[in-house]
Amino acid sequence: MFDSIKRLYHKFGSPRYFYELSGKMLPWLVVLSLVLIIPGIVYALAFVPPEKYQGDSYRIMYIHVPAASIAMGGYAMMAIAGVVVLVWRMKMAEMVAKSVAPIGASFAFICLITGSIWGKPTWGTWWVWDARLTSMLVLLFLYLGVIALNSAIENAQSAARATALLSIVGAVNLPIIKYSVDWWNTLHQPASIKMTSSAMAPEMLFTLLTCMGGFYCLFGVLLLMATRCEILQREQRSRWVKQLISR
Amino acid sequence: MEFSSLSEFLAMGKHGPFVWSAYGITFAVIMANIVFPVLRKKALVNDIKRKLKREQAGL
Repeated sequence: MFDSIKRLYHKFGSPRYFYELSGKMLPWLVVLSLVLIIPGIVYALAFVPPEKYQGDSYRIMYIHVPAASIAMGGYAMMAIAGVVVLVWRMKMAEMVAKSVAPIGASFAFICLITGSIWGKPTWGTWWVWDARLTSMLVLLFLYLGVIALNSAIENAQSAARATALLSIVGAVNLPIIKYSVDWWNTLHQPASIKMTSSAMAPEMLFTLLTCMGGFYCLFGVLLLMATRCEILQREQRSRWVKQLISR
Repeated sequence: MEFSSLSEFLAMGKHGPFVWSAYGITFAVIMANIVFPVLRKKALVNDIKRKLKREQAGL
C-alpha cells in the first residue's frame, strides 16, 4: 500500500510523465468542459426563469459563483503545492504552483468584476468595503503578490520556495472569505448551496452545478496548458524534451 | 425559453448592459488565458529548436 503510493508520487513528480499524461488528458478535458459550459451558459441566459426580486440581472450568478469557487480552490491548490515544495522539494509542485497563480488571479478578477456589475442594479452600488468583498479583493492581491514574487526572483527554485511561503501564509484568508457572510453583517447574500440543503429552485441549482462543473474542467484545461509550457521551459536541457522537439 | 424575441433576450429585462458586460468580460479573460499559453508554447518550441540546431552545427 505505502509502496504503491510512493511509486505514484514519484511518477507524478516526474515532469516527463506529467507532460505525457497531461497531453493525453487535455483533448478529453476540453471536450468535457465544452459539453458542460455551452448548455450551462445557454440555460443560464435563456431558459432559467428570472429571479423574483432581481429579475434577469441574477443571470450573472451563473458565472460569478463558479469563478469565486475556482479562485478560492485554485488558491488552496497553490498553498498545498507550496507545502509539497517546502517539505519534499518536488519540482513538479513548483511548476504547478507557479502556473496556477495567473489563472487563479484571472478568476478572482472575474469574480470581483461580475460581482460589482451585479451589485449595481441589485444593491445600488458598484462596491462596498464589507467583509466578503474586501476579503475577496485581498485574495486577488495575494495572487498578484505571488506572481510578482515569482517574476522578481531569477532562480526558479528559490522563487518557488519564497512564493510557497507567501501562499501558505495567505491561505488564512480562505476561511475568512468563506465565513465572512456568517461572521459579519454584510450586503453579500449567504451561501445559496450547502452540502445539506439548498435555498434554490431545482432547475436553477442544476444549471448552476452544470456551469460549476464546466468551469472546473476549463480551469483544469488552462492549468494543464500553462503547466506544460512551464515544463518545456524548465526541462529544455533534458534529453526527452530535445527528442520530443526534434521529432 | 424565457424570452419571446431576440430583442427581449438582448434587453434582459432592463439589465441588458449589466448581464452582457459581465459575460463579455468573463469571456475575454478566459480567452486571454487560452491564447497566452498557446503562443508561449509556440515560441518555446521554436526557441528550443533553434538552440538544438546551433548545438548540432557546433558539434
